[in-house]
Amino acid sequence: MYVAVKGGERAIENAHAWLAEERRGNTDVAELSIAQIREQLSLAVNRVMAEGSLYDPDLAALAIKQARGDLIEAIFLIRAYRTTLPRFGASEPVDTGIMACDRRISATFKDLPGGQVLGPTFDYTHRLLDFKLAADGEVPKAPSRDAETGTVPHVTAFLNREGLIEEAPHDDTPPPDLTREPLEMPADRALRLQALTRADEGFTLGLAYSTQRGYGRNHAFVGELRIGSVPVEMDIPELGFAVEIGEVTLTECETVNQFTGSKTELPQFTRGYGLVFGQTERKAISMALVDRALRWEELGEDNVGAPAQDAEFVLYHADNIQATGFLEHIKLPHYVDFQSELELVRKLRREAGAQQVQEAAE
Amino acid sequence: MTPLLSVQGITKRYGAHIGCADVSFDLYPGEVMGIVGESGSGKSTLLNCMAGHLTPDAGQVVFDTRTNGPRDTITMSEPERRMLGRTDWAFVHQHARDGLRMGVSAGGNVGERLMAVGERNYGDIRDKATDWLGRVEIDASRVDDRPTTFSGGMQQRLQIARNLVTGPRLVFMDEPTGGLDVSVQARLLDLLRGLVRDMGLSAIIVTHDLAVVRLLADRLMVMKSGRVVEAGLTDQVLDDPQHAYSQLLVSSVLQV
Amino acid sequence: MTEYNFAYLDEQTKRMIRRAILKGLAIPGYQVPFASREMPMPYGWGTGGVQVSAAVLTPKDMFKVIDQGADDTTNAVSIRTFFQRTAGVATTTATSDATVIQTRHRIPEEPLHEGQILVYQVPIPEPLRFLEPRESETRKMHSLEEYGLMHVKLYEDISRHGHIATSYAYPVKVEGRYVMDPSPIPKFDNPKLGDMAAIQLFGAGREQRIYALPPYTQVVSLDFEDHPFEASKADHPCGMCGATDSYLDELIIDDAGGRMFVCSDTDYCEARQTAGHKGKDAA
Repeated sequence: MYVAVKGGERAIENAHAWLAEERRGNTDVAELSIAQIREQLSLAVNRVMAEGSLYDPDLAALAIKQARGDLIEAIFLIRAYRTTLPRFGASEPVDTGIMACDRRISATFKDLPGGQVLGPTFDYTHRLLDFKLAADGEVPKAPSRDAETGTVPHVTAFLNREGLIEEAPHDDTPPPDLTREPLEMPADRALRLQALTRADEGFTLGLAYSTQRGYGRNHAFVGELRIGSVPVEMDIPELGFAVEIGEVTLTECETVNQFTGSKTELPQFTRGYGLVFGQTERKAISMALVDRALRWEELGEDNVGAPAQDAEFVLYHADNIQATGFLEHIKLPHYVDFQSELELVRKLRREAGAQQVQEAAE
Repeated sequence: MTPLLSVQGITKRYGAHIGCADVSFDLYPGEVMGIVGESGSGKSTLLNCMAGHLTPDAGQVVFDTRTNGPRDTITMSEPERRMLGRTDWAFVHQHARDGLRMGVSAGGNVGERLMAVGERNYGDIRDKATDWLGRVEIDASRVDDRPTTFSGGMQQRLQIARNLVTGPRLVFMDEPTGGLDVSVQARLLDLLRGLVRDMGLSAIIVTHDLAVVRLLADRLMVMKSGRVVEAGLTDQVLDDPQHAYSQLLVSSVLQV
Repeated sequence: MTEYNFAYLDEQTKRMIRRAILKGLAIPGYQVPFASREMPMPYGWGTGGVQVSAAVLTPKDMFKVIDQGADDTTNAVSIRTFFQRTAGVATTTATSDATVIQTRHRIPEEPLHEGQILVYQVPIPEPLRFLEPRESETRKMHSLEEYGLMHVKLYEDISRHGHIATSYAYPVKVEGRYVMDPSPIPKFDNPKLGDMAAIQLFGAGREQRIYALPPYTQVVSLDFEDHPFEASKADHPCGMCGATDSYLDELIIDDAGGRMFVCSDTDYCEARQTAGHKGKDAA
């Protein structure tokens, strides 16, 4: 068997060795453990799980370590790993109504059943560098009380009771699966939400922000933002009923948006929705705003030509793994294309030059 | 004689609102039909239903095709309808930029329909494009310029050339002089009248401007609230309107 | 790498890709949507070609990978290594020995024979993309065979430059029906696309499309009667093997702008040198 071994092969091997050394950094400094990353860089871990579409904090932490902290690279590692996993089935839909909330806030009501719970948030911290952390990261234990158990009602349900917000009727149609079928337009809302939950945080944030600044404005309020863990149940055919197979932490954001209505139809608020793995509230809120903007057609609104209203534009460009791959592929050799362009430009210049000479002579 | 276009019972609703209701008429070869009415009267809805841009809720639009005789264009397949749209039919938009490719040269704009129907000789395409620019009074030296560098009147004339280059048998026009200065309008009308006469064009022109139909249309339909309230020969309707609304419409404009 | 299935992808995924390939072969030039998987190399680096290769490779295959015509460019090496590890297939640089050839941007100089499969990596499968950015619209244009706009682009080139200013990824019409992007091969390679004895498969991973040309398919490069298509190349012989019929890379060899032209197809060039052909720059 003849195996081609040439310069390229050795260059790649050496590059990989150097990369491994750089990843480790100065060996006088202790190596990071996966547990340290999982516990102390948990928001990075959450983002990698969300955009990697795989809920596994240890694997996400490993990916972050391997990617030298480059989160898009880490997401890429998780996505590629995910491809190889056999699929046993799908879980039952999770019920965020029974979420054990670490955080739950509403911007539309001052108080509400279940209460407002700030939870572990940066919101009211003063963004001052804490030099104590440079020396010693130990913290005193935070005060705690017993968790309230039971269902935490959704704020939008209160509005719904009065008919003040559009219905979100229960629907048992199996959603399309973005990871098993090619993305095709027009995309229904289930497909759009799937694409958005794994979309790049920065891209989603930028789009959401653009709607607030007038590019497809939809007057969003955070009706409710909740973060906490929910049980995941799966129907086991051999047993004939669903059993709990674990818990995941989710961030859910429901926005209450600009109302619609006419002389014949009573005005109602409309909804935007975001649901993302982990504690990822910037992403979840952004997702809800973009979801709402993309719904212009079904709500009979005008398309004002805003980027966030353009489903094809948003969905085809929101995936950072697709984007980064294609962007970076221009580093690959393009000798052949470039050579043919070179020939063409030389030919055109030759002809244009000859014409100029001729005109000068005439 | 077979009508070129036979419109029967076209109705289009927008929810509870009526776009146009139960409109029927025949158009014979070489005839120009004007449709007038104030904005909101349903004339543009009707035009878009006939041209295949909107699907009516009821009715037929039967066109006398070259190969298969009279066919209902509403039940026709999309490829067939699109083929009609680039051969026997033409559509002149009110705003030239809706009907032109603004990033493509004037020659390319005129040549597109020729290439769409299979012309593959660059020299011929360019010659025909240049000839048509002349016919709509655009200097041949502008053939490689983009319409963005043209005045509003020139853009509209370019749009007309782009539509007529393949010798369509039926032209739909939606307020072709709308949005132009009065002096520019007059020149465009003059040009259109010449083209209609020389080419023996059949056309349906929607406008709120009675001067346009006076000059171009053989027959006239007056629309109000989605319905045709009066129809007849142009001179008859304009000089002796019968319906109260037509009388109001005629009296509210200067006679030309 | 025993922890992965043969050729990395699981069998269900391969079956899904094979179905797309068969559909593509049945409708030459038509872009078949397929549920592209995330591969362990970045999108844009040949994930489409890799998935197609993974779906067609068998343990007995002899596999060749070229990038820019060369077997030893880094990305070609990387993809070849990937299949050595995940499929354990034998590899070769000899065009005639290979049963499956994955390529980026070139068609080998040596004519391919029946039984071979040529797999192209495709970045943008849609030939109308830069005229119309919307996928929903371009699919409609294909289904209704509305290709006037494509010729408008060529018309504009000639009116501006005096020539059709497309030198690679030059659009073709397949069997008089679909307009197809041949991937960014130089237009020099376009004539090889038609009437080829081998099967040609095109994979675009990020864009989730597969298309195909069965053997001996009619493929015509778009042009005008009075501005016919021309397969051009640098007007030099190869400096190493003296070939005058091959596509050439241009190398800059000194600070004074000294240049040298060599075959981009490394296997072709080496085979000719072995057979005793010598160019003016050969040592």
